[in-house]
Amino acid sequence: MTTQELSIICATVAVSFGAIIPALSEGRAVAAAMEAIARQPASAGTLSRTLFVGLAMIETMAIYCLVVALVLLFANPYAK
Amino acid sequence: MPSPLVSPVVFHLGPIPVAEEVVTTWGILVVLGAGAYLSTRRLSARRPGRVQAAVEAVFVLLEDQIRGVLQSDPGEILPFIGTLFLFLAVANLSSLIPGVKAPTASIETPGALALIVFFAVHFFGIRDKGLWPYLKSFAQPSVVMLPLNVLSEITRSFALMVRLFGNMMSHEFIIGILVTLVGLLLPIPFMALGILIGLIQAYIFAILATVFIGAATETLKKASPRT
Repeated sequence: MTTQELSIICATVAVSFGAIIPALSEGRAVAAAMEAIARQPASAGTLSRTLFVGLAMIETMAIYCLVVALVLLFANPYAK
Repeated sequence: MPSPLVSPVVFHLGPIPVAEEVVTTWGILVVLGAGAYLSTRRLSARRPGRVQAAVEAVFVLLEDQIRGVLQSDPGEILPFIGTLFLFLAVANLSSLIPGVKAPTASIETPGALALIVFFAVHFFGIRDKGLWPYLKSFAQPSVVMLPLNVLSEITRSFALMVRLFGNMMSHEFIIGILVTLVGLLLPIPFMALGILIGLIQAYIFAILATVFIGAATETLKKASPRT
């Protein structure tokens, strides 16, 4: 198997795992925030701001995987 | 498919290559500057016009958000965060104009903005606390934490850059793939989603910058009643 084929497969694996796990954890974060807003609608502003910051933190992991995949596909130092 | 990591060069200014995104950024600067000049030319406290009311609504919104994060008067960082948010919102939405590529979708613009935030955090921190107490706050729980704290300063700025770049670039990438696959009409809902993504990313970038600056300046206000 050449380096190029290997890096295509590795990019796919990186993006798939990097999508599954952050998606699950973002779902849990949003569900918890929804529950909190349903109990205390008055604090919805603070909750949603904190939720956005937290979601951005979780999402960073997914985007790291995306960037690794892009580097593998477009700027791979080992292919050629 | 062209690589998203390199940006096409439009023309050379002497020895310096000028990329497409730089030209778009110049355009955004002109639009924002002219907008700010024209909308604040005839201000009146008694009879605010329509434009003044709209601009004041945006200003009050930004001030409320920053005040909510900092839990104190936003005062001096409001111009910085506000400019950051307005520039990012306009830059992210500029990809809606046909033929214009959003400058935030190539890695240089988010990199420059994250670098500005990186230096601004230390600037506000040092100005608020003084040089030596600010440097000492990196070894705060114990000296063992010093390398981790320094590392986290660097990685969070890197994450700030990669988050904005990744979101904007992947969105344009998906629209490009959809256009090549199915043609004209199907990408339109995704482009509508792009408005939401662009505004949310601008909001997140500005809020995270506020949180970082707040964390760099806040410790003194908590500690000062004790000393």
